Amino acid sequence: MDFRLTDDQRALKQGVRDLFEGRFGREALRAAVDRADGRRGADAPERADGKATAGGREGADGRRGEGARVLDRELWRELGAAGFFALRLPEAEGGVGQGLPEAVLAFEEAGRVLLPGPLIATHLAAGFVAGAAAGEVVVTSADGPLVEWLEEADVVRGDVTGAEPLVPVDPLTPLHRLPATDGRPPGGGAFRAARTPDGLLTSLFTAAEQLGSAARTCESAVQHARTREQFGRPIGAFQAVQHLCAGMLARVEVARAAVYAASVTADPVDIAAARLLADEAAVRGARDCLQVHGGIGFTWESDVHLHLKRAWTRTHRAGGATRSEEESADDLVAGTA
Amino acid sequence: MDLTYTPEEEEFRARLRTWLAGVLPELPPKPSPRDWPARRAYDLGWQRMLYDAGYAGLHWPVDAGGRGATPTQHLIYLEETEKAGAPYVGANFVGLLHAGPTIASEGSAGQRARWLPPVLRGEEVWCQGFSEPDAGSDLAALRTRAWRDGDDYVVSGSKIWTSHAEVADWCELLVRTDPAARKHRGITWLAMPMDAPGITVRPLRTLAGSTEFAEVFLDEVRVPVANRVGAENDGWRVTMVTLSYERGTAFVGEVVACRRVLSEVAREARKNGRWDDAVLRRRLGRLNAEFRALWRLTQWNVSEAQSAGGVPGAGGSVFKLRYSHARQELYDAAAEVLGPESLDLGREWTLDRLSSLSYTIAAGTSQIQRNIVAERILGLPRGR
Ligand SMILES: Cc1cc2nc3c(=O)[nH]c(=O)nc-3n(C[C@H](O)[C@H](O)[C@H](O)COP(=O)(O)OP(=O)(O)OC[C@H]3O[C@@H](n4cnc5c(N)ncnc54)[C@H](O)[C@@H]3O)c2cc1C
Repeated sequence: MDFRLTDDQRALKQGVRDLFEGRFGREALRAAVDRADGRRGADAPERADGKATAGGREGADGRRGEGARVLDRELWRELGAAGFFALRLPEAEGGVGQGLPEAVLAFEEAGRVLLPGPLIATHLAAGFVAGAAAGEVVVTSADGPLVEWLEEADVVRGDVTGAEPLVPVDPLTPLHRLPATDGRPPGGGAFRAARTPDGLLTSLFTAAEQLGSAARTCESAVQHARTREQFGRPIGAFQAVQHLCAGMLARVEVARAAVYAASVTADPVDIAAARLLADEAAVRGARDCLQVHGGIGFTWESDVHLHLKRAWTRTHRAGGATRSEEESADDLVAGTA
Repeated sequence: MDLTYTPEEEEFRARLRTWLAGVLPELPPKPSPRDWPARRAYDLGWQRMLYDAGYAGLHWPVDAGGRGATPTQHLIYLEETEKAGAPYVGANFVGLLHAGPTIASEGSAGQRARWLPPVLRGEEVWCQGFSEPDAGSDLAALRTRAWRDGDDYVVSGSKIWTSHAEVADWCELLVRTDPAARKHRGITWLAMPMDAPGITVRPLRTLAGSTEFAEVFLDEVRVPVANRVGAENDGWRVTMVTLSYERGTAFVGEVVACRRVLSEVAREARKNGRWDDAVLRRRLGRLNAEFRALWRLTQWNVSEAQSAGGVPGAGGSVFKLRYSHARQELYDAAAEVLGPESLDLGREWTLDRLSSLSYTIAAGTSQIQRNIVAERILGLPRGR
């Protein structure tokens, strides 16, 4: 057993980080937010009655001019060219031939920079949906009550009949709500049957994105605590602030161990654990980061709210905490714990 | 990232498992947790069995009498012994998990030869005389004095919260040898025989009703200078070695034990109908996730330690911080499952719930662990 990253994995992670920071650094992030923010204001009345249609729609692009789009198609193609979507496809099929652990490292980096778009759905569609692997086609999917990026996707997997747009809390994740089905909360024991391979992978990659975001907000809080001075010393010298930061790191480290382990085992219970720990690390980490930043943290200009809103959005994917907790509880009586 | 064990490691696991399956049924019944002499005998007996089978001091270096096992083998050992329900280290805790490793790393050849074999053979019990009434979290404020008189140090002062003091043969003792030096400078690490004249042990009653720990009064106790580990006034550095072992590896096996208890709690909930309560069920599910993640963190830390020559790093503080709280939550959830029966001291979980309260205090409080994480790992400016 040697749980540490291999040299190749470290290099891959660094390469992906460099790519994302170069191509979707802070300025690009803020520009995308501004685009989405402006569009939201102009669109709001129109969107209230705009209904989406079901099934693999093509050419939804026609509805609005390129200028109004939030998803950067150019960036999407660049991700495709860099192999992000084809990362796990075999080389014989034109993919990069990497495994789950490598994909998880890449999604962690995506979470770090808040890369927008239906990344997971498109990654999962590579090899099934023509053009997805190359980043020519944007794919989203309906895996629960919400669909992300419905209007901007070229292909939708799953039934989205009756989808209604929400005004999304995260400016960079457009959302549609699907009509309620039977509405019953899932009970213990039901999960083994309900698992789908895509659902599990969505959960795992979501956990990886949450991990990246949590690590980023922890670093941002620590950096601020080192430099911001009050009472004649850096606020990081105050224990109340130190303890917020220490709590953030402790959550990140436990989440990291859980997420990486789940990427190696691909075990559903490991994935549920990874998801719970990573959701917690991201959501609470963003909150604490905001607290450490004080008044600046509450401004639109600070990136903290973007991390928090995206983290909230991600917690709803693939069944959310309820599903993971039930899965994990189920395991206790199934005797494999 | 490789979580599979090598064929050698798997073979080691299989051998250990077979051995455990053979010896555990032969063990005498567990003594009452309040009967210290019987507990000492029981714990030492188990240690002797480990020694005879070649499992004593597995992770200690070979020149210290250990087996020189890799951190991974040690992990397997902890996992398997806990899974099989083997006795816990108990009275051997200090000797095996931190005094011993400290002597192995900082002691002279003669000191290693004198003190380590009896720990491994289950003949001598150690206790830890660090804390004092006015020096707990602020350990370096300790005042117990030691001055030279010929070949001896003469020690006067008092220690408190000394676990196992009633039944210990030796004490890893911190004393102040230079009162004029700055706080951290004038401290020395001594091995004190607990039968020396001038030592009075007064057991303290814990909130669980037992006498786990004691006050130790030292009235001109003579300790040979030869019992000093490390240089005079260099005891703080030696202490850091001790504390890194105490926080780094000492709780690892307990995570496995907690996972076992959590499964038992879930089974109990199924039996008494509490499992139908979705809120409780989900709470147990979340705890399962937490303990799984803590086990993964352990594997991560072990891999890191293996590459760093086996010494646990400051990451132990992250682990200790999370683990101590998770353990308390586990027994709170167990109490929820038991309902009113959780007020019955006769239930094992009730006693364990009480003792879990010490986990966020002993071996450095959670507040102190957070200070360590903030200042030593995150590099934030020093407070105060
Ligand atoms: C079951 C048990 C067994 C023990 N066994 C041993 C043993 O065998 N040998 C031994 O030497 N010791 C032992 N201890 C002692 C243990 O190490 C101390 O209790 C512990 O370090 C805390 O010290 P204290 O009790 O003096 O509390 P204090 O240091 O007085 O702390 C009281 C409170 O103040 C907080 N606090 C103190 N300083 C700070 C700070 N700088 N910043 C923020 N908060 C702070 C603490 O977190 C705590 O909440 C044991 C303790 C227990 C409970």
